[in-house]
Amino acid sequence: MIHKLTLQDHATQPHTVRGAGQDVGRSCILVSIGGKNIMLDCGMHMGYNDDRRFPDFSYITQNGRLTEFLDCVIISHFHLDHCGALPFMSEMVGYDGPIYMTHPTKAICPILLEDFRKITVDKKGETNFFTSQMIKDCMKKVVPLNLHQTVQVDDELEIKAYYAGHVLGAAMVHIKVGSESVVYTGDYNMTPDRHLGAAWIDKCRPDLLISESTYATTIRDSKRCRERDFLKKVHESIERGGKVLIPVFALGRAQELCILLETFWERMNLKAPIYFSTGLTEKANHYYKLFITWTNQKIRKTFVQRNMFEFKHIKAFDRSYADNPGPMVVFATPGMLHAGQSLQIFKKWAGNEKNMVIMPGYCVQGTIGHKILNGQRKLEMEGRSTLDVKLQVEYMSFSAHADAKGIMQLIRMAEPRNMLLVHGEAVKMEFLKGKIEQEFSIDCHMPANGETVAVTTNPSVPVDISLNLLKREMALGGPLPDPKKPRTMHGTLIMKENSLKLVSSEQALKELGLNEHQLRFTCRVQLQDPHSDSDTLHRIYTHLKSVLKGYTIQHLPDGTVMVESIVIKVSSCAEDANTKVLLLSWSYQDEDLGSFLSTLLKKGLPSGLC
Amino acid sequence: MAAHLKKRVYEEFSRVVQITHEEAPAKKLRLSKPSKSAALHIDLCKATNSTDALQYLLHFARKPVEVESVEGVVRILLEHYYKETDNSVRLKIASLLGLLSKTQGFSPDCIVDDAINTLNNEKSHQVLAQLLDTLLVIGTQLPESPTVRLRLIQMACKHLSDTYFGVRNKCLKLLGCLGTVDAPLTKDNEGADVRDVQTIISDYFGDQDPRVRTAALKAMVGHRHHLMYVCLQACRLLTDDYEQVRSAAVQMVWVLSQLYPESIVPIPSSNEEIRLVDDAFGKISHMVSDGSWMVRVQAAKTLGSMLQVSPHFLEQTLDKKLMSDLRRKRTAHERAKELFTSGEFSSGRKWADDAPKEKLDRNTVYLIASGACGAFVHGLEDEMFEVRIAAVDALSKLARSSPSFAEKCLDFLVDMFNDEIEEVRLQSIHVLREISTHITLREDQLDTVLAVLEDSSRDIREALHELICYTNVSTKECVQLALLELLKNLNKYPTDRNSVWKCLKFLGSRHPTLVLPLVPELLSTHPYFDTPEPDMDDPAYIAVLVLVFNAAKSCPTMPALFSDHTFRHYAYLRDSLSHLVPPLRLPGNGLDLVDSRCSSGSVESAQLFLQQSLNRVSTIQNLEAPGAQELLNFTIRDLQRLGELQMELAGAADFCATYLRCQLLLMKALQEKLWNMAVPLCLKQNVTATAAAQQILEETYKLEFLYGGLESRQVATIHHVRLQAKALQLVLTARTRLFLAELPHLQDSFVDTLLELMPRLSSCKPVEMVKILQTTLRQSGLLQLRLPEQIHRATATIIEPTGESDNPLRFTTGLVVALDIDATLEHVQDPQNTVKVQVLYPDGQSHVIHPKPGDFRKPAPDRHRLITQVYLSHTAWTEPSQIEVRLLLAYSSSSTTSLSAPKLGWSDSVDGLQSPEAAVEGTIPFSKPVKVYIMPKPARR
Repeated sequence: MIHKLTLQDHATQPHTVRGAGQDVGRSCILVSIGGKNIMLDCGMHMGYNDDRRFPDFSYITQNGRLTEFLDCVIISHFHLDHCGALPFMSEMVGYDGPIYMTHPTKAICPILLEDFRKITVDKKGETNFFTSQMIKDCMKKVVPLNLHQTVQVDDELEIKAYYAGHVLGAAMVHIKVGSESVVYTGDYNMTPDRHLGAAWIDKCRPDLLISESTYATTIRDSKRCRERDFLKKVHESIERGGKVLIPVFALGRAQELCILLETFWERMNLKAPIYFSTGLTEKANHYYKLFITWTNQKIRKTFVQRNMFEFKHIKAFDRSYADNPGPMVVFATPGMLHAGQSLQIFKKWAGNEKNMVIMPGYCVQGTIGHKILNGQRKLEMEGRSTLDVKLQVEYMSFSAHADAKGIMQLIRMAEPRNMLLVHGEAVKMEFLKGKIEQEFSIDCHMPANGETVAVTTNPSVPVDISLNLLKREMALGGPLPDPKKPRTMHGTLIMKENSLKLVSSEQALKELGLNEHQLRFTCRVQLQDPHSDSDTLHRIYTHLKSVLKGYTIQHLPDGTVMVESIVIKVSSCAEDANTKVLLLSWSYQDEDLGSFLSTLLKKGLPSGLC
Repeated sequence: MAAHLKKRVYEEFSRVVQITHEEAPAKKLRLSKPSKSAALHIDLCKATNSTDALQYLLHFARKPVEVESVEGVVRILLEHYYKETDNSVRLKIASLLGLLSKTQGFSPDCIVDDAINTLNNEKSHQVLAQLLDTLLVIGTQLPESPTVRLRLIQMACKHLSDTYFGVRNKCLKLLGCLGTVDAPLTKDNEGADVRDVQTIISDYFGDQDPRVRTAALKAMVGHRHHLMYVCLQACRLLTDDYEQVRSAAVQMVWVLSQLYPESIVPIPSSNEEIRLVDDAFGKISHMVSDGSWMVRVQAAKTLGSMLQVSPHFLEQTLDKKLMSDLRRKRTAHERAKELFTSGEFSSGRKWADDAPKEKLDRNTVYLIASGACGAFVHGLEDEMFEVRIAAVDALSKLARSSPSFAEKCLDFLVDMFNDEIEEVRLQSIHVLREISTHITLREDQLDTVLAVLEDSSRDIREALHELICYTNVSTKECVQLALLELLKNLNKYPTDRNSVWKCLKFLGSRHPTLVLPLVPELLSTHPYFDTPEPDMDDPAYIAVLVLVFNAAKSCPTMPALFSDHTFRHYAYLRDSLSHLVPPLRLPGNGLDLVDSRCSSGSVESAQLFLQQSLNRVSTIQNLEAPGAQELLNFTIRDLQRLGELQMELAGAADFCATYLRCQLLLMKALQEKLWNMAVPLCLKQNVTATAAAQQILEETYKLEFLYGGLESRQVATIHHVRLQAKALQLVLTARTRLFLAELPHLQDSFVDTLLELMPRLSSCKPVEMVKILQTTLRQSGLLQLRLPEQIHRATATIIEPTGESDNPLRFTTGLVVALDIDATLEHVQDPQNTVKVQVLYPDGQSHVIHPKPGDFRKPAPDRHRLITQVYLSHTAWTEPSQIEVRLLLAYSSSSTTSLSAPKLGWSDSVDGLQSPEAAVEGTIPFSKPVKVYIMPKPARR
């Protein structure tokens, strides 16, 4: 799935919609912002075994390498649906530019890729797949990111990572070119869990926030209830002498559940063994121990006494243990009970109603996990045998995605000007979209695969202002600063060599080598007044004096009245002595006052004047 | 000015000199210091550059200044201020001026003019800010001077337009502290510019600098008198970019809501109105999901103090799913409500329940606009435990004032029992206990509560026991469940025995009717068959009996169900665990165990008995009266027994007994024959008397410091006894041969001087004085002891280590081993400073360890819990041996007298001014020693 986004300045054309079907599968988004092209995540779809599992890179360029087109690639976290296609893209399609990811992601990502490669190539015997060497080469192109560190990709493009929860090392990225910016969340979690904290971002007001929306229609119950339920179920089962199977994926939730059980065992002084199927997990646990700074408050604060990931009660699992008598808890991979160790153990234990299986997450249709969750009690296995499911089946959602409220909370934190939902089911996204538009009154988009969305931005243009001018204007203004209210000021805007400058007009003239021209307006106003010229002038003088308070008005001896710099003269009309002609003259700078005076005098003088 | 100054300085100098001259012939010593101001002046004149001057000033600031020289110092400082060109020196002077004006007894009105004057001429922004600060100090020192106040406010207004944020900050602070509503600045402000202080401050809510916005909000908070429209502005600042501004805005909104809770404010988007306090509550609830945790903590805390909020708003804070906007409900939009329930969000608890069902009406669901929704749900699962604790506290406060809310928040509190941080778990248990008077636990709730009983932390378990003591349950199944879980707990952690029993005692006495149907099952009786008699030593059986007997107290039909051995066990338990088993009125059987000593009037009668014994003792006028010693002996014994029987009077009885024992010892020491013996012969007997004197001294210290609730009268009595003991000691020392023989030959000895100085004794010789003392001592009667209302004896019990372990604690020599100590302290005041742990090694070495203040917890009033670790180390032993651990109560006789030691001046002076007067420091062991087996092994090479 490639979403292509374009940020355009002052673009007004409507968004075009091509194709359909937003889904949870692989993430790969292209963003063009301020002339830069960035690829956000490079994931693969786990459900396909052919070309469809990787994003269609020909969308970007028909043939040839991607390096010319892309400025950088950013990977948000190590899940395969976010980074699975990375070696394929960089080594087989061809990309030599920088790839950004956080330190933990960089450490764990190759393990997962290698594991994935082994399964596809060695077990399924596929060809035309990336090799170990390719993974290594690909990882050499990776530039690590630290949290809150601003990295300058080139002169104009800068990126900054924020903590995202979800899994170890998951990050949200703030991408900025000039005054335009995009925030890409990847997957994130707004509620902290047993090993990770909550996502956080500062009020960066990006032009666009690209958010996942896996749980667009869910508002989860309090996490504590679920944890308590989980622990209670496990505890009861153990006390009954039953065995508990928890199918998990190797990384992420597994660690959270481990910590949860470990602390519970510790607190309750339980003795029943907990096993964890070996392999991947050991390597991954090693990294969890190392990247303490990326975990939650409790683990960070207590690791000096004891690293929480050094489990006391959790031991490595051996195939033979499954037949041991007595209670035990086993974490086994994979998470959907479709193959491997978890399925083997499940088959062994399914017949005993004392036992229990707890499904901690999402199950794809067609897997055994999905079947038993839907209440099927008789399963057909290969070779026509059937399996009676007598053990208890529990579902415990421990998913680490933000729920609807979490997404709204993130929007509130970042205050974006536009919103884009990806990585979710279309119907649910539609619901959330409505909510967001109503609540924040911002535009919200939900593009389908391959669809391009153009987002209009309103870039601010920075202008240098000369200090003298600023100070002068400050002095003119009232005593109280009010940043909310715009203030008009006089000045000259000079555009020179790609920079904008606001200077006072005198300085502008000097800089440009121009002479100053005086612009004067003169105007005649006819007035019916029976008095003599000088009397009329005096009457005008007193009238103005009463109307214009706070202005300097002078009656000069040479038969003129000066209001500030505006000159008023009176002469009688040649034909009619009662019709007086007033001569007004003002310079361009006094335009406001001048035009006011002319309209005032056109109305004539009030009769009550002496 | 300068001339005047100099004159002043010389005056001060000369005055000082005069005093010394005058006093010289009297040979009395009086310290006189050269005047501060003079010294300062000289120093400042000497200073050649600004760095030097700054050094002098810093040095000067360390010492206090006497009230009378403050003004002089101020003048000199100001003088120097005008001359000084360096900003930092001027800044320091400005700050010194502020400090000086705080001096007690100095009225700063004389320097107001100068300060304002300097303010007008100052160019540097930093110095300006400091000067304004100084003015603020001066202003607060002169609260009843409206003219000064007005002038200061004008100064502040004038400088408000300064470009430097610090100056604006200080101006706003000044306005906030000094500006009042009743003194608007109308009087002499030119023109029609009538603006009061609030308007001026509120103008700065929109300042470009966040620090100034914060200061403006804070100034407004200080200003309890408000303007309605400020509310709107403050609300706008709740979404400010800077956390400090938001934090101050939360405070502001809170203040407004407290002042005008009932005002009606309109809702912007609709044409309806709600109470201000509800509106504010909603807004602050919103802040619980703020981006900054400091703001979240503050918001959560603030919510706890808004007790006037309407119940439906309150209940919404616990509701996350129902995203209703309350306004509609109030206008009875029932249809809208139905829509929620049909199109509710998925909870994620059930598989596939989030399949979209129907399109919602856009207008019905607000995700965040009605902010109060789920505020506490968020707060309780926040990332930072500080926020969670604040939320739990707030819940408790709100729940205490609203029973219906208490009911609702129960589930959430119970969920918190599962928090990852123990502090939070503990806090939520405590909170639940506090509100448990309002609630009755359902079975499922009780089940989750009881699950925590298996927690390995002792604190948690004990807190939970405490909670169960106060809980009401609804059905007999609940009681059974609780009993089962408690027994399980007892089985797993035998050390919890006492706590579990106590818990069952309350459980039984609270729910007699629920226990009744359970009795046959609990006691395993059968209508036809005799069942085997349970083991009386089984703690679990005792636990069941405690429950049953306490229930039987208010349920007269219950004893009919008891079997014979139950009655026997009752008799046994009533005697051995009298604090857990109440007196029962049992029918017939010859086992009418309702004993008189425990009837309702027992406390009064015991009190009477105590008083009578004391009266009897006071009849002994002469210590040598025949039978006096015996009478004392008997009384002491009586009192001790009384203390054991009557827990309420234990303190008083012990106190009296100890006092009487002192008297008895004194009496024995002064026995007739001993003193009639010739001096050289009585050396041996002297030993016993010396020991007695020593012991009396120790006892008096115990009397004084181990008992709480003493009045000054009793303290005086104790001191009197101590004086007697000291006199005894003196006499004994004087009676040694050596002393007597050599005394006359010692010229200018202490005794001579002493005699010289004491007018009444001056005529007699040292030997005579000793004789006088001796006779008075022997004739001194018994001082009657009057009892205060409440006397509590400080006690300590070491729970851990138990001293029962046979496995020695092994460690390598030269390294340390940590020994966990867990003890309960009762009636100890200020345990952080007084309680110490003593470790005695078999070779006589002893270590005293001072526990950290953080190791003390306070689970209940008058009770402390000490949980600490002491480090042991020793050279290698060949075999394990026991060390003794005990708790000591440290005292110092000066601590009582010099409690109100005056704090010195304004400076942070540490010059040795509080010389340690003859303070008697010592310790009293107040717990039973516990033996611990340890074994330091030699290090392996």
